[in-house]
Amino acid sequence: MNGAPRLLWWILALALLAAVTLGLAVGAVPLSPAEVWRALAGGGDPSASAIVNDLRLPRVALGIIVGAGLAVSGTALQSTLRNPLAEPYLLGVSGGAAVGAVIAVVLGLSGPGLVPIAAFGGAMLAVLLVLMVARAAGGRADPRVLLMAGVVVGAFCTAAIMVALATAPEGTVRGALWWMMGSLGDAQWSGVRWIALYVAGGIACLAWWGRDLDVLALGEDAAASLGIDVERHTRRIFLVASLLAAATVAGAGLVGFVGLIVPAIARALGTRSARETVLASAMAGGTLVVVADVIARIVVRPTELPLGAVTALVGVPFFLWRLRAGVVR
Amino acid sequence: MIRFRDVVLRYAGSRHAAVRGVSLNAPVGRITAVVGPNGSGKSTLVRTLLGRLAPEHGQVTLDGSPIAALTRREVATVLAVVPQREEPTFPLTARDFIALGRYPHGNAFSGPSSADRDAIESAVARAEVGALTDRRTDELSGGEWQRVRIARALAQGGRALVLDEPTTFLDVAHEMAVFELLDALARAGHCILLVSHQLNLVARFADHIVLLHHGRIAAAGTPAEVMRGEVLERVYEWPLVVTRDPAVGAPVLVPLRGRGTR
Repeated sequence: MNGAPRLLWWILALALLAAVTLGLAVGAVPLSPAEVWRALAGGGDPSASAIVNDLRLPRVALGIIVGAGLAVSGTALQSTLRNPLAEPYLLGVSGGAAVGAVIAVVLGLSGPGLVPIAAFGGAMLAVLLVLMVARAAGGRADPRVLLMAGVVVGAFCTAAIMVALATAPEGTVRGALWWMMGSLGDAQWSGVRWIALYVAGGIACLAWWGRDLDVLALGEDAAASLGIDVERHTRRIFLVASLLAAATVAGAGLVGFVGLIVPAIARALGTRSARETVLASAMAGGTLVVVADVIARIVVRPTELPLGAVTALVGVPFFLWRLRAGVVR
Repeated sequence: MIRFRDVVLRYAGSRHAAVRGVSLNAPVGRITAVVGPNGSGKSTLVRTLLGRLAPEHGQVTLDGSPIAALTRREVATVLAVVPQREEPTFPLTARDFIALGRYPHGNAFSGPSSADRDAIESAVARAEVGALTDRRTDELSGGEWQRVRIARALAQGGRALVLDEPTTFLDVAHEMAVFELLDALARAGHCILLVSHQLNLVARFADHIVLLHHGRIAAAGTPAEVMRGEVLERVYEWPLVVTRDPAVGAPVLVPLRGRGTR
């Protein structure tokens, strides 16, 4: 990272810190930043400490993890598919993960470590399906074909989730809204820990493979000329990107567009390699989701907006802007 | 240095072989050119050197070792390919782009070694792209982009350089600049294997030409031996004459008008 703009990392760290403070301060009982930090340090008023550490911290932690996972998943998919509009939600990967998770929960396999695995299975199936549909429609080289395939598979997944939820005994499964539009609302340390494990592992892998991502983003022939086994590396990156998306779905349902917006922001801030984009996306993704969750909590009090609705309201205009800017040729 | 021996290549699911028994030798210090009509199997040979298509029959060797017995990384440190088309998904500076040529030498997390830095500097100097290194890849002109891509190939550090249509879409000056660069590299001890449609340029610069037709060698030899009217007319299925350039003496192909339309 010689000569990398250190400013980038300062901006990302401060933004994340500010978002965390905001996420812990805002709520039914508003707290000042000073009260938040006193509570985190283990001091201050006991009731403030309980609110911060027991109620709000798991939720903010889940937000960071979900945002980081989605953003890094998007970064990896964009490099390997050579498509700046690729992201787990638009490609149907998150939808597949949700189907897997819902089926696991309906079947009663609801151990906190198991749901992410079932989600992972669903995500992998969705990836295979999307690539098959794209191939049938003229190859994954065309970004529009790939997105179309993703939308089709995503719609199918939505229907499958509805069917699974309709057949589930009442009161056993979280509602369709939670799965379809995402929420950090019922974050608990027991679940957050598992998801953190999967997401941290996935991000570490992809950061480690940063040079591979750089080379794959050049195109298949150029990558092959540099001595990379294109198929094998693409496969294992898809696998980890799907795992990341699946873990986030198991923790917070379907949250779209984070994987689209965040890598673009990271690159605009001046990352110079895929490894830097992965790490910067992890930080910016966490920030974005924590802030989006704050917005979801406060705009229509006392009820909460679904998290996925907030990210989509930001993400769709962003998507259209990128489309207009000629990202898709 | 790069040697094809009686190589047969077939795409998966295809009934006909794309290359049927081709033998050729591209030595160091020379420009070897593969020419031929569209679909004659030129780019298929390049795919094999990229490790993307294994011969059904015959053998491809690199410095005497069968390419199939080497790892892709080992191949990449000896042989660099500049593919026909390439567009980075995310623009990067020319320097960072050229530095990716060191990929086969690196391990996952170490920064560039002094050998890497030397190789990059030398590649930048050889390809004469020193003035471009801070520019972004999406801001380079067609000619600049080709030279930067050649620089990345040189940064890989091998002696063999394979180029698939390096001058498509380039104007005369940039076309000449690329060929002059390849000539200088060959004289400096590189092995240049070139696939091209630019017969007249190839006739000026190449030491050895292989003319492919329907996956077979129709003619091979020096430019004077291959650039013969009756051979080219049969292969390209178009009336033409081969004259001699009055200024430089090289054979020049001139397609004729008015006979035959298709």
